[in-house]
This record gives sequence, structure tokens and C-alpha cells, in this order.
Amino acid sequence: MSGYIVRRIWQMIPTMLGVVLLVFILFNWVGGDPAYVLAGKISNQEQIDNIRRQLGVDQPYWVQLGIFLKQIVTADFGASWSTNERVSHILLTRLGPSLTVLVPLTILSTLIAIGLALAVAYVRGSLTDRMVMIVCTVGLSVSILVYIIVFQYVFAYKLGWFPVQGWGDAFFQNLFVYASLPILIGLVVSIAPDLRLYRTFVLDEINQDYVRTARAKGVAENRIMWIHVLRNASIPIITNLMAGLPALLLGQFLIERFFSIPGIGREVILAVERSDFPVIKAITVYVAVATILTNLLADLTYKAVDPRVQLK
Amino acid sequence: MATHAAALQERRAPVAREIPHTVSPGLWTLAWRRLRSDRVGMVSLVIVALFIVMMILSGAGLIASDWNREVGVNYAPPSFLGGETAAGASAARSGLPATETAPQGAEYKSNVADPIGDVIEKLKAGEAGGKGAKTDRGESQPAAAPPATSESSEESVDPLASVMADIRAGKGVEAEVKPIERKATLPFGGDKWGRDVVKKTIKGSETSIFVGLASAALATFLGTLFGAVAGYFGKWVDDVFNWFYSVFSSVPYLLLILAVAAVLQQKGVITVILILGLTGWTGVFRLLRAEYLKHKGREYVQAADAVGASNARRMFLHIFPNVSHVVLVQLSILVVGFIKAEVILSFLGFGVPVDVVSWGSMLNEAQNELILGKWWQLVAATVAMAVLVTAFSLFTDALRDALDPKLKGRAGA
Repeated sequence: MSGYIVRRIWQMIPTMLGVVLLVFILFNWVGGDPAYVLAGKISNQEQIDNIRRQLGVDQPYWVQLGIFLKQIVTADFGASWSTNERVSHILLTRLGPSLTVLVPLTILSTLIAIGLALAVAYVRGSLTDRMVMIVCTVGLSVSILVYIIVFQYVFAYKLGWFPVQGWGDAFFQNLFVYASLPILIGLVVSIAPDLRLYRTFVLDEINQDYVRTARAKGVAENRIMWIHVLRNASIPIITNLMAGLPALLLGQFLIERFFSIPGIGREVILAVERSDFPVIKAITVYVAVATILTNLLADLTYKAVDPRVQLK
Repeated sequence: MATHAAALQERRAPVAREIPHTVSPGLWTLAWRRLRSDRVGMVSLVIVALFIVMMILSGAGLIASDWNREVGVNYAPPSFLGGETAAGASAARSGLPATETAPQGAEYKSNVADPIGDVIEKLKAGEAGGKGAKTDRGESQPAAAPPATSESSEESVDPLASVMADIRAGKGVEAEVKPIERKATLPFGGDKWGRDVVKKTIKGSETSIFVGLASAALATFLGTLFGAVAGYFGKWVDDVFNWFYSVFSSVPYLLLILAVAAVLQQKGVITVILILGLTGWTGVFRLLRAEYLKHKGREYVQAADAVGASNARRMFLHIFPNVSHVVLVQLSILVVGFIKAEVILSFLGFGVPVDVVSWGSMLNEAQNELILGKWWQLVAATVAMAVLVTAFSLFTDALRDALDPKLKGRAGA
């Protein structure tokens, strides 16, 4: 087991270096000279030269890559180009609000989607099943933007059930007042695709021999679905869930933007709008690292849920 | 080449063959037959085809070429509502929330902090309608009278009124060449500048669908090429491409798109296509690599090798037709994903430039209009997009079922 983990981490190194290289090429080469982006409207050559020296872009490429690697390892990306805030401070303070929305949303949406998937798969082929699937397909076709715009307008602006936007300092106030409508929208948006996917996972299991055996020996239907089928269907569900986690962190960026939640996603959008390269670089690299690590975690959970799985 | 696939297909379907001398149908014929018998699939195919025809006609300038003309009053309500909501137009205008994000204006690259945005807006209203038209409108179309009067009263308290008068006087010549009679209502309403929402939606569909199709084509092309090379040659080539794949897939897709958008400063339809296409090839690559691995050892490829076919010939003339159904389904899946992505990118202002209308930029405008009670642009863009995306998703499912009957019923609706 520990040998497996060590080997996997060893194998991650080329991928991580690749991500670093990709981000480096993107921001130092494809985008042109970063000094001109930072300088903005200033066309004074002397100032641009100064900025170039500060950023180190007057050095050869391999030195610049070295600077970038050092920044990543020490988690010191310097200051944001637009607000002068430390990038590390930005990342740390923005993580909390993102997680306040993300954690309850993920838990709720997974539970609801699994429950519905079991129910719908149990009555597969029926009118209910088909109706739910049609609603999911149509619901998936409407842009997430429309859900946010309409929900914010109806529930917050017109009916006044929730604050239109904002964020406070107290955790519980944030969770129950400011985060509730974003979580509700997140649920509406994320349940449809999850339900479709989980339904096929459950359907794959529901026709297996062990289900028939369980029925034959008189196990209650509820127990068959929740214990026997769910345990087996949870393997692909967990894989899917874990694989989607880092993307979820950013996937809420539209919600964060609309509701002025000071999270990572909103920070990315702001950074892109302001061409704030250090912030985008830092977020891209660290989210990629998080993705690679959650992939490993997914494989380990996989093993925990299904003892038959052999990790190679 | 396709005969091999056909033969396989024959073996899969144990149909009783009583007449042995008829030409057996090929993979595509069989798939087409299966698709034809799929009612939902055919209906969605027709809808998708209609949208694409609309895109081509609009792109060729045959329909909706004058979408940019301000044919109605500002925020002209849909005709079926009647003119009564027209009164709300000017009243609501002063109630614009302070946090308003900039409408993706057509000619005017206004932004959030644009201090003369209001002046420009009024200037536009005066310029296109002209002073004469205003009084005319009041007599001939009573429905539009309220906004006209309230607009003038607004001017009387406007400290810039004299400046405006000067500007209008200067623009007088232009007002003459634009003798457009502004309508009080439009078939499905008008936008902030009184442009027809229906025509705008058609134009927006053109952009969104074109971006979706073109970027999906680019991503599929890259994914197929990389997958073919990696799967076919194997060894170190495979390792390199796999490394490439793991790098690209470890950055979450949306973040990658935003990072590329941040780097590419110039905006344009081509830029959006490049962003989506260059980042979206990973899924196709994974599948195609596996297919090529599977196929390269098969007898027909060995036979091709024996008669001296080159590597490229074996990869693209022999193997490709046998895996093209995978490519087609992937292409279809990508189109839907990219249309959605383009809408979000354009909404955020990282997508198509401001003078090109797309569903995303329409939604951006509609976000502020909704607070004023002007819901028609939101509904138009949403319905157009939902109909196309639903039809395209259902068509994709039908296509997959038709091309690979073994998978039927696996993917839900």
C-alpha cells in the first residue's frame, strides 16, 4: 500500500513539471512580454525596462523558469499586479468562502442525486423514469447563467427570501443567509447531470446476479437497493465525485461572481479581467496539483470501498 | 475499407439471411436505418438541421443582416403584450441599478465606469429617431406617447441638456439620412436600443452555433490526430502524448480556458474557437488512442501492411473509417459542450468581441434588463439555446445508439 502511494507520487512528478511548463509557456511566451501587460498604458521605455528587471523577464528563459519553480515551491508568487495583495494571502482568504458554499453543496447534491438515482432506476422504464430523464435533459440544456439570473431575480430581488448578494464575517451567517441561495442554484444545476450518470451506474448493478440472489433469499427491497446495490454502484460514483472536486471549486465561479462571494472562482474571473497574471498562475498551478492529488485519493478510496480492487 | 466493418456488423446481427445474393448494407446504411426508426432522434435531427440552415443563411447575410438597425423604441415590448408596458421603459431607465455591468453595446464600447454612457444613450435615441420623428410618433402611435413625453421632461432637468442640443445639432445631418420610423412594439420585443430581438437571436445563434461547430471540429481533429499517432506508433510516441494528455487534463477545463483567455489579449470569434479547440481535445484523444491500439494489430491492418501501405495510409485510410463512428459521436458531444462554454465566456466578456452578438452577450444584457422587467431578450436567448442544445443532446444519444447498438439504453434518456 505505502509502496503504491510512493510510486504514484513519483509518477506525478513529470505531470506536475508539465503543468508548470504549460503555465510558463502560456504566460511568458504565448501572451507576449508580461512587462507590457503589467505596464498597461505606460509606454515609457525606461519604466518598461524597470518592470522587466523586476519580473526577471530580461533573463534567459531557463532562469525565468527557475524563478517560477521557486515561486511554486515556496508558495511565494509575490504581490498581485492590481491590488498589491500577497498572492498567498489572496489564496488563503478566498478558500474559506468557496468551501462554505462548496462543501454543503457537494454533500447535499450527492445525497439527493444518489437517492433519486436509486428511486428512478428502481422504476426504470416507467413513466416516472422517463419524465425525470426528460426533465434532466431539458434542464441541462438551459445555461447555468439563466438559472442564476432568474433565481436571483425571483427569489432574492422580487420575493426577498434571500439577500440579493453579499458576504459577511460570521460563519453561520454566511452559511445560512448568504450561501443558501447559491447552494440552492448549485443543487438545481448539479443534480441533473449527476442523476443521469448515477442512474446508469445503478442500472448496471440492478440486473446483476447478486441482486436476484438477495431477492430469492427474501431480503427486503429497501435493503437490496440501499445496501447491496448502492455499495456496488458507489465505486463509479466515488470516482466521478472525486474527479470532479477540483473543478467544482472553480465551477462555482459564476455563482460566486453573481452573489459577490469572495471565493477562488470570483478571484479567477477578476484576475482574468485585470490580466493579473501572478494570481492566475498561482491558482492554475495549485488547482492542478490538487487535481493530481485527488486522483490518487480517488484511487485509494476506490480500494477502501471495493476490496476486490488491486492497486498496481 | 468499410466492407470489413460491414462484415463485422453482419456477424453481430444474427438476422436470418434468406436471399444470399443481395448486397449487404454497410455500417452507415445500417446506422442510418436505425436512426430513421428512432422518432426522437429524427425530430431532433430536423431541429438541429433547421438551426444550421438558419446559421448558414444568417452567415450569408440572407436573413437578419439588418439586426443592428434600431427599428423600435428602446425596450420595445413584444407585440402580443400590446404597448402598455412601453410606459415603463423610460421610468425604469432612471432606476438602473448602480452596480450595472456594462451592456455589451453594439457600436459603443461602453464599460462599467463609462461616465458618458447615459449621454451616448440619449444621443442615440435622438439621433435615430430625430426630433421630428418624436412628435410624429406621438400622433400616429399613441402607445409610444408616454416615453416620449417623459423623455423630454427628463431633458428639462438634465444639466447637460444644452450640450445635448449642440451635439444633436451637429448630428443633424446624420438624423436626416436615417429616416427610420421607430415602432412602439416589435414581434418579440426590442433591446435597449430598440433592435429586434428575433433578428438579434438569429444573429446570436449564428455566432454561438458557428463557434460550437468550428471549435468542436478543431478539438476533434487534434484529438483524433494525437490519438491516432499515439495509439498507432505506441512506445515513446505514446508516452509523450500520454504525458501531454495528463498535463492538459490535470488543469480543470474551465480554468484552462480562462487562463488562455487571459493570455490572448485580442478578442475575436477566431480566438474563442482557438481557446476551446486547443483545450478540449483530451476526451477524444483518450478514446481514439484506445481504438487505434485495438485496431492496429487486426488482420486487415496487417494485410494493408503486407501490400505495402504506408503508415499514414494505414492510419487514416484503413483504420480511420473503422473508428469514425467514435469520432462522430465525440464531435457531437463536444458541440453541445462548446456552445455552453462559449455562452459563458461571452457572458463574462472573455468571448466574442462586443460588436458580435452571441447568446452569451444577449444574456449579459438581459441580466440587467430583467431587473427593469424586460424579460423578452432573456427568454429569446434562453429558448433558442435550450431548444438547440436539447435537440443536439438527444440527437447525439440517437446517433450513438444507431452507430453502436450495443450501448443502447445505457446513457439515460
